[in-house]
Amino acid sequence: MWDKIKDFSSEFFVTGDPLILGAQVSIAITMVAIVFILTYFKKWRWLWTEWLTSVDHKKIGIMYIIASILMLFRGGVDALLMRMQLAVPQVEFLNAEHYNAIFTTHGVIMILFMAMPLMFGLFNIVVPLQIGARDVAFPFLNSLSFWMFFFGAMLFNVSFVIGGSPDAGWLAYPPLSGLSGSPGVGQDFYIWGIQISGIGSLATGINFIVTILKMRAPGMKLMKMPMFTWSVLSSCTTIIFAFPILTVTLFLLFIDRYLGAHFFTLDGGGNPMMYINLIWMWGHPEVYIVILPAFGIFSEIVSAFSKKKLFGYKSMVFALMSISFFSFFTWAHHFFTMGSGANVNAFFAVTTMLIAIPTGVKVFNWLFTMYRGKLSFPTPMMWTIAFIPCFVIGGMTGVLLSVAPADFQFHNSYFLIAHFHQVLIGGVVFGYFAGLYYWWPKMFGFKLHEGLGKWAFWFWNIGFYVCFMPQYALGLMGMTRRFNEYNFDMGWQPLNVVSTVGGFLMGIAFLFQVWQIAHSIKFYKKEKTGDTWDGRTLEWSIPSPAPMYNFARIPVVTEQDDWWEKKQRRLRGEADPPEVAQAEQAPLEPIHMPRNSGVPFVMSSFWFIAGFGFVWDWKWMIVLGLGGVIVSMLVRSFTYNTDYYIPVEEVERTEAAARGAH
Amino acid sequence: MRRNYRMLAAGLFLAMVFLLSGCSEQYIVLDPKGPIGQSQKDLIIISTVLCAVIIVPVLIMTAVIVWRYRDRPGSKAKYKPNWEHNTKLEVTWWSIPIVIIIILAAVTINYTYKLEPSRAIESEKAPITIQVTSMDWKWLFKYPGEDIATVNYVKFPEDRPVRFQLTSDTAMNSFWIPQLGGQLYSMSGMAMTLYLQADEQGSYYGSGANFNGKDFAQMTFKADAVSQEEYDAWIQEVKKDAPALTMDGYKELQKPGRSDVQLFSSFPEGLFEQIVTQYVEEGSTGAHAHHGASSDTSKNEGSSKNNDSETNTADASDQHNGHAGH
Repeated sequence: MWDKIKDFSSEFFVTGDPLILGAQVSIAITMVAIVFILTYFKKWRWLWTEWLTSVDHKKIGIMYIIASILMLFRGGVDALLMRMQLAVPQVEFLNAEHYNAIFTTHGVIMILFMAMPLMFGLFNIVVPLQIGARDVAFPFLNSLSFWMFFFGAMLFNVSFVIGGSPDAGWLAYPPLSGLSGSPGVGQDFYIWGIQISGIGSLATGINFIVTILKMRAPGMKLMKMPMFTWSVLSSCTTIIFAFPILTVTLFLLFIDRYLGAHFFTLDGGGNPMMYINLIWMWGHPEVYIVILPAFGIFSEIVSAFSKKKLFGYKSMVFALMSISFFSFFTWAHHFFTMGSGANVNAFFAVTTMLIAIPTGVKVFNWLFTMYRGKLSFPTPMMWTIAFIPCFVIGGMTGVLLSVAPADFQFHNSYFLIAHFHQVLIGGVVFGYFAGLYYWWPKMFGFKLHEGLGKWAFWFWNIGFYVCFMPQYALGLMGMTRRFNEYNFDMGWQPLNVVSTVGGFLMGIAFLFQVWQIAHSIKFYKKEKTGDTWDGRTLEWSIPSPAPMYNFARIPVVTEQDDWWEKKQRRLRGEADPPEVAQAEQAPLEPIHMPRNSGVPFVMSSFWFIAGFGFVWDWKWMIVLGLGGVIVSMLVRSFTYNTDYYIPVEEVERTEAAARGAH
Repeated sequence: MRRNYRMLAAGLFLAMVFLLSGCSEQYIVLDPKGPIGQSQKDLIIISTVLCAVIIVPVLIMTAVIVWRYRDRPGSKAKYKPNWEHNTKLEVTWWSIPIVIIIILAAVTINYTYKLEPSRAIESEKAPITIQVTSMDWKWLFKYPGEDIATVNYVKFPEDRPVRFQLTSDTAMNSFWIPQLGGQLYSMSGMAMTLYLQADEQGSYYGSGANFNGKDFAQMTFKADAVSQEEYDAWIQEVKKDAPALTMDGYKELQKPGRSDVQLFSSFPEGLFEQIVTQYVEEGSTGAHAHHGASSDTSKNEGSSKNNDSETNTADASDQHNGHAGH
């Protein structure tokens, strides 16, 4: 009996590595601490009723952002471990297997569990406020999306201490990721972690498309929407076409592994090349999914801090939509070297280059928004300005990579690594940081400390260039990605050391941001106006943080940048158009709101149980998990009391309290 | 704000230093020793210049605009808060990138056909064939003409095209000798063709560029280009001194693990073909056989519905050895 338990636990837990033992102990301590604090301060009920069951888009958005920052920490630690190994490969700080696991989890976590939720967090917080809505179209589904993402991410992360991490690369090419190449459970954690959170992502895509198309305030024509909302629409359109491909691909891989099918195996008529095509049919649109909203954020910020209308609105919309269309026709540029022949390579090289056109146009439009503007430089604007040169250079190296025959020399080298980090950090991360700083007061009702923010900004930026510029050089020196050591003299070490220093500078930058948030909470200063930056769009017309119903009266929109125009009219002493005035003076009415629900949380945790069961092939657990999912669905189906009205008196009280400050 | 430019300048400066110092020997991609690598370097330079034509002005414009229109007391810069559209300007910057991309696309398409890896290099000398197999975690090179084999080491005469036939006996890898030219995947169940040539003698770095599992980083090898006489002498020496690679010896090699350089005076006949066709089911024809034997066009013909262009099949006539294993 004892032996059996010992056998089981040595397979179940990852053992024998001091680094992982340390992680296991600290995870256990953190969990005990959280339970203790929640119990001691009697916060369990508060946590459940205010957060875990909430269907309020603003709270869901905040939970997304908290989760993504935790994941940024995890992915960042992975990155620093890798950089340490590469700076001193002689020391063998990480062994080969460990290194392979870490670059795999770094990639998956940064794209799927850091960038995606940070993006969804901003969607959630901003979109309904920008279009004058009281919530998203499907608040229950929204909560379900979040919890599916969260439990998927947890299932993936748990592999670090239980069972072992996946180590076949972030896109898990078979046959390496198949049963023959990865017999362990790591790859199953990969499949189920991504699968469960992927369903959440798809649902979010649908939710926001419907929200944007159906829930805009009266008068807000499509061509009067704020640019961020447009970017969300284009990103979500891409999601609903791309994510089903991911789901199907991973499902086929799962069938290969679990039932011994031969979709992607070498024998039995399988074809691994099919997987590589399929995964990139999702994977390439995926990077546009995360970058498009960043473009939207920059558009909002450039316009707000130039005190000027966004230049070339129609061009911008056209550029966004054409990028999301063309993103589906470029996937094969990830494997020009697979020998598809000159016709195929030429086609995909050209389609890839085409994307540079709308992207370039956007840069011109941002520049000309600043041209003849009145620029001020608080942190959101600083990130935006830093983004432009960074992204332009990263975009240029992207075009170099798209030149198919030249790519034969760049492919899989550090040149490629430097390129995609430059567009993902310089574009996506800078963009989401800009957005976080910009909308932070709207989320929480206070601003983040500017001085510490600038420290963080400079450390991030300098660290970025110090880390990744040498990697372009390393690529040209022939260094390929995923090397855990280089025992031969190719002269790679000095630049690797420089790159590692840069990585740590970014680590310090992250600490500054944590300090910045802690400091700003400690010296909390209420943001009184609700319009922190003299903003242009509807979200700035309501108090900060927004009341739970967002708008006491749904506004009537007549202009692009409606709030800014309204403020201009008031400055000039003009009267509002009659329909606007009428909407503003209409008597308050009871507000129809969705009720909180615990079902999304419970149902997603059953998904987690089912996923865990599939990973270990424990049939009883699979049955329990899937059974729980079905029961949860039934419970929801027979719940009729899903909404309520906020009475007028309560709205009046809330509004008076929020606006009492002026 | 001033610091912003400084940082930008510093970044660009760093980038420039690295690129300019590319002349030095360490930047092997920019120091090609063969026709394929040379054309690829030319293409890299052409495309960089074409991109720079648009990127450099944009960077300067960014700096100037940000500097000039910063909000400060007494600024003389114009402020036009409602200026949001100008057809002429917008047409201009839709067309500038379009023109650049058209030029770049034309150049790229041209080079794509010219540098298609299975296209033979023009030369008076007949190509030498080397069959390359990526394994867990070592490279096996077989010389069908000379009937010798090597592990993690390859040698060929200078100034003579080398026709590498690539396959894998395990997960996919990518065969890359940067100074001779770009890489190509080595994949199980098919043989891909990559022509390279060394114009001068030298010892070149080669690696597996695509992750294939635990000891992937150990899959580096040396590629020596020597004179024809030296090459011939080496072949004789290997034939005389080295042991033979037997089928059992190959089974040993198949076991996952790293390997030092090894030399073999012979190898089992048809071994490469066996490796390529091992997944073809006994007695099967049609799609499966087609797939397994896709070596005849060096392409994944089975899955790409025969859309291969003439360039792919240019040297198909001498590539039928894939069928030998049936």
